[in-house]
Amino acid sequence: MTLRRISHARSGDKGTTINISLIAYDAHDYLRLVRHVTADRVKARFAAIVGGGVVRYELPAIGALNFVLSGVDGGGVTRTLALDAHGKSLSSALLDMEISDDEM
Amino acid sequence: MKTIRIGCGAGFSGDRIEPAVELATDGELDYLIFECLAERTIALAHLAKVRDPHAGYDPWLRERLTAVLPVCAARGISIVTNMGAANPLAAADVVADIARDLGIAGLRIAAVTGDDVTGVVAANRLLVAETGEPVEALGDRLVSANAYIGAEPIVSALAQGANVVITGRAADPSLFVAPLVHTFGWAIDDWLALGRATLVGHLLECAGQVTGGYFADPGCKDVDGLERLGFPIAEVPEHGPITVTKVKGSGGRVTPATCKEQLLYEIHDPSAYLTPDVVADFSRVRIVDAGDDRVSLDGASGRTRPDQLKVALGYRDGHVGEGQISYAGPGALARGELAARIVRDRLRAAGIAAADIHCDLIGVNALFAARSDGALSDRAEPREVRIRVAARTPSVETAARVGREVEALYTNGPAGGGGATASIREVLSMATTFVPRALVACAVRYEVI
Repeated sequence: MTLRRISHARSGDKGTTINISLIAYDAHDYLRLVRHVTADRVKARFAAIVGGGVVRYELPAIGALNFVLSGVDGGGVTRTLALDAHGKSLSSALLDMEISDDEM
Repeated sequence: MKTIRIGCGAGFSGDRIEPAVELATDGELDYLIFECLAERTIALAHLAKVRDPHAGYDPWLRERLTAVLPVCAARGISIVTNMGAANPLAAADVVADIARDLGIAGLRIAAVTGDDVTGVVAANRLLVAETGEPVEALGDRLVSANAYIGAEPIVSALAQGANVVITGRAADPSLFVAPLVHTFGWAIDDWLALGRATLVGHLLECAGQVTGGYFADPGCKDVDGLERLGFPIAEVPEHGPITVTKVKGSGGRVTPATCKEQLLYEIHDPSAYLTPDVVADFSRVRIVDAGDDRVSLDGASGRTRPDQLKVALGYRDGHVGEGQISYAGPGALARGELAARIVRDRLRAAGIAAADIHCDLIGVNALFAARSDGALSDRAEPREVRIRVAARTPSVETAARVGREVEALYTNGPAGGGGATASIREVLSMATTFVPRALVACAVRYEVI
């Protein structure tokens, strides 16, 4: 299944660093996100645009993860030639990621 | 125990005005905040001020204040806004004019200055944080240098009885922190209180983004009445949980989910959100649904504010030329790819470096290239595709070449291209430096109507 079934997300920032939040609809699915959506997987998914690292912050109190992607191509919102200068649409691209739904 | 009601009437300069009027009319507010200043906006405003010393404030100031000022004056709602942009003094004069025109009396309008640190930047050997180069290397390309100032001068203005406070580059959350500090008499080093107040500001500063205005995903996350989206209100007691809600009967929704998305919006380390007022910690915030578009949040804290203030530097950075054209039906993708390649080759032949040319296939890979090798074979053939070519150039003339080459595809490219458009913009890039607080002296000017 895709992440979109169990979680929602928001992204965007101003510089060459972009954050994407990933929030479980149901608190019970939070550990599933922690387990499957690692910083490495997110980095691989966005390998085409992310030159730097991906850091993951965990927020168990609200059942959410926050990914911070650095070294994003283009030089930031005022300078980039990309259509979506803020990276606001990346949240939807993350939600399209497949995770296994058979185990916890 | 006293509870303050703060509304947010704009989350960016071009935001909708009707919800702000609704908020002022029916929100039972104490304060109405308008956050209208993006990073680049202030550099643009400086350019406007260079051309006309009476300009350089928010372009929607007159329309927005004309709409809300009568209601706010009648109900005793104080306004705090960064619509002063590069010229808070001129903006305050405009508000005074509006008040006189509308026959409103008894207003005390405060203009906060001091965020313009062009002189400080010129007099000190500062480094650009992103590159490590000296700021002075930007030379005459430097357009603006604005320090992110905090809540303190706004608190002073409110303490002096101001009911409209206009700033330039105040930090977004500080616009909300100030009325709370003023009302509850918190010390400016009460980090816990300031962290909590910063949570209020962070949740509200994008206005409709917390009430469902950046949330709807039909079938997954539905939002009713989005066409008449209501703007947010925070109910803040001196201690304890804060509540986020919106005007009763307005569209949109306030739920734990909308608040969680906004809590993490543009946040990096949730335990260290840096503002001029405090290093706020949102990592242990708890969110509880109180029902009926009311959400309760608790657990924000804070610690000692940063020693230095962040400065946004705006500088001229060449031009971007852009062109777009569409292809439809069978073979649309192949024709679009061919068209993009032709334009790229022609721009390179015209002397534009490959690294400064960017091609997208809108509808295929413009927002998110799924595979780093650029291959599209795992995607279904789209029924239509729009190519977009953008290039960065030093001169405006070369930038114009980009759109012309795209339009030239009509008679010098693949079959069936339609809907060509071209545009040029001057690029104002932003960079960052830091200055010691002691070098930034804010002042407040009052005008009484």
